[in-house]
Amino acid sequence: MKGLRNSWSSIVVAAVLVATWWLTVIYTNSFIFPTPKTVVEGTLELARDGSLWEHIGSSLMRVASGFGLAVLLAIPLGLWMGRVHGAFVTMNPIFQILRPISPIAWIPISILWFGVGNASAIYLIFIASVFPMIVQTTVGVHTIEKRFLRAANNFDVPRGKFFLQVVLPATLPQIITGMRIGLGVAWLVVVAAEMIALRSGLGYMIMDARNAGNRYDLVVAGMIIIGLIGLLLDGLMRLLENMKIVRWRYAH
Amino acid sequence: MPIKIKIDNVRKGFPTDKGHLDVIQNLDFEVADGEFVAIVGPSGCGKTTLMNIMAGFLAPDSGAVKVDGVPRLGPNRKGVLITQQGSVFPWLTVRQNLLFGLPDDLANREVLAEEYAALVGLKGFENNYPHELSGGMLKRCEIARALVVKPEILYMDEPFSALDALMSLRMQNELLRILAKEKHTVLLITHDVEEAIHLADRILVLSPRPTRIQKTFEVGIPHPRRVSSPEAQALRVDILRELGVSETI
Ligand SMILES: Nc1ncnc2c1ncn2[C@@H]1O[C@H](COP(=O)(O)OP(=O)(O)OP(=O)(O)O)[C@@H](O)[C@H]1O
Ligand SMILES: [Mg+2]
Repeated sequence: MKGLRNSWSSIVVAAVLVATWWLTVIYTNSFIFPTPKTVVEGTLELARDGSLWEHIGSSLMRVASGFGLAVLLAIPLGLWMGRVHGAFVTMNPIFQILRPISPIAWIPISILWFGVGNASAIYLIFIASVFPMIVQTTVGVHTIEKRFLRAANNFDVPRGKFFLQVVLPATLPQIITGMRIGLGVAWLVVVAAEMIALRSGLGYMIMDARNAGNRYDLVVAGMIIIGLIGLLLDGLMRLLENMKIVRWRYAH
Repeated sequence: MPIKIKIDNVRKGFPTDKGHLDVIQNLDFEVADGEFVAIVGPSGCGKTTLMNIMAGFLAPDSGAVKVDGVPRLGPNRKGVLITQQGSVFPWLTVRQNLLFGLPDDLANREVLAEEYAALVGLKGFENNYPHELSGGMLKRCEIARALVVKPEILYMDEPFSALDALMSLRMQNELLRILAKEKHTVLLITHDVEEAIHLADRILVLSPRPTRIQKTFEVGIPHPRRVSSPEAQALRVDILRELGVSETI
């Protein structure tokens, strides 16, 4: 019931915003800025000729590759840094310096290394999402409560079991938080990368619509679709938080 | 009875902002094999510190803890510690928690886990996660996880203090029932003098910090004990007086 009431109020606010937008465009007689109606028509046009799905598909593919690679590197590395003090003191300062560099600043270098194409976009997504996930995973290991580590030590279990049944599950909630942050950043970056160096994807779609005849209806349509897919991706990550093995973190 | 644990001139302090804090001062005592020793003392006197040293989680500044004549250098499954805050793994189910300490190649590990879950009254909850259990059930799960590996020594640091009086009493009875079936050497820290009298063969009263053994009481009352019996009550008054509490009824 509460969820329903919350979504109702969101719907009302969204409706007010759309109405304000519509009235403002009509009132100011703007020729370029689209009304909600033209945006919907533009979206349907792209959906019909299939180009919308292609753009969405290429953006998602890039995110999946870059983010997937980042997950594969960040989780083992973060766990290792969390457990091995020497690894932490060596690597952490480096990551702390690399982390605040905006992914946009990496664009020239990624073009230099990987050329103009998929590889450089995937590299940008990777570089943007890998650091938050490493940091989150390491923090997760460092914040495992001592009483659990002690209890585990009390039973003389083999290292593999200690890792799989204590360290990994104890860190999993933080890993998932890191993945949520990482995927969010990845989605931000794919659009930026496609605006600069690519011929497909939602970012390209937006720039192309503007360049090829000021189709601002398609620009706005692209923006809204990006927002909706971003929401969907975050929802997907949130599903991970519902796994039984991490419920303890959110119970109480 | 042979000596199981020997605390040999153990000393422990901590560095603090205000200088060195002496916590344990030259402690000496022995625990016989199969004996149940309760330790009482004022809050902050160093009971948990002592237990951590005995279980091998903390090294003494000087002196030694010997188990079966061998100096104890780290924790192992020979003696399992049940902590004040509890340490059942929240990400494992009750069954997985009980299985945790059992070697993977142990043939009857599943059977054992089931048996011990039933022993502490958790039958039917094996697949529940700790956050789905009550406080008392959680404590029982922790005790079962310790018992299932058949430790020679059980170190218990105020295991029942977070429970209400009724639940605490039930747990004490369950513990006695289990100990009657399988012999363990037990060290129990408690602030509840009646609990100590109910359970222990011997009660050590510790002094305020820096702590030492102030007095030792033998509890010569045969089981099953009634804490309301005159001898138990007389013992209780004696112990409370030792702790600086004079009872006026
Ligand atoms: N790691 C530590 N660093 C500094 N001081 C400590 C540390 N551990 C314990 N102490 C101090 O040592 C003293 C004894 O602590 P301990 O936890 O052993 O007391 P306790 O007898 O178990 O108390 P309680 O009955 O309240 O549980 C306290 O004054 C505490 O502040
Ligand atoms: Mg204590």
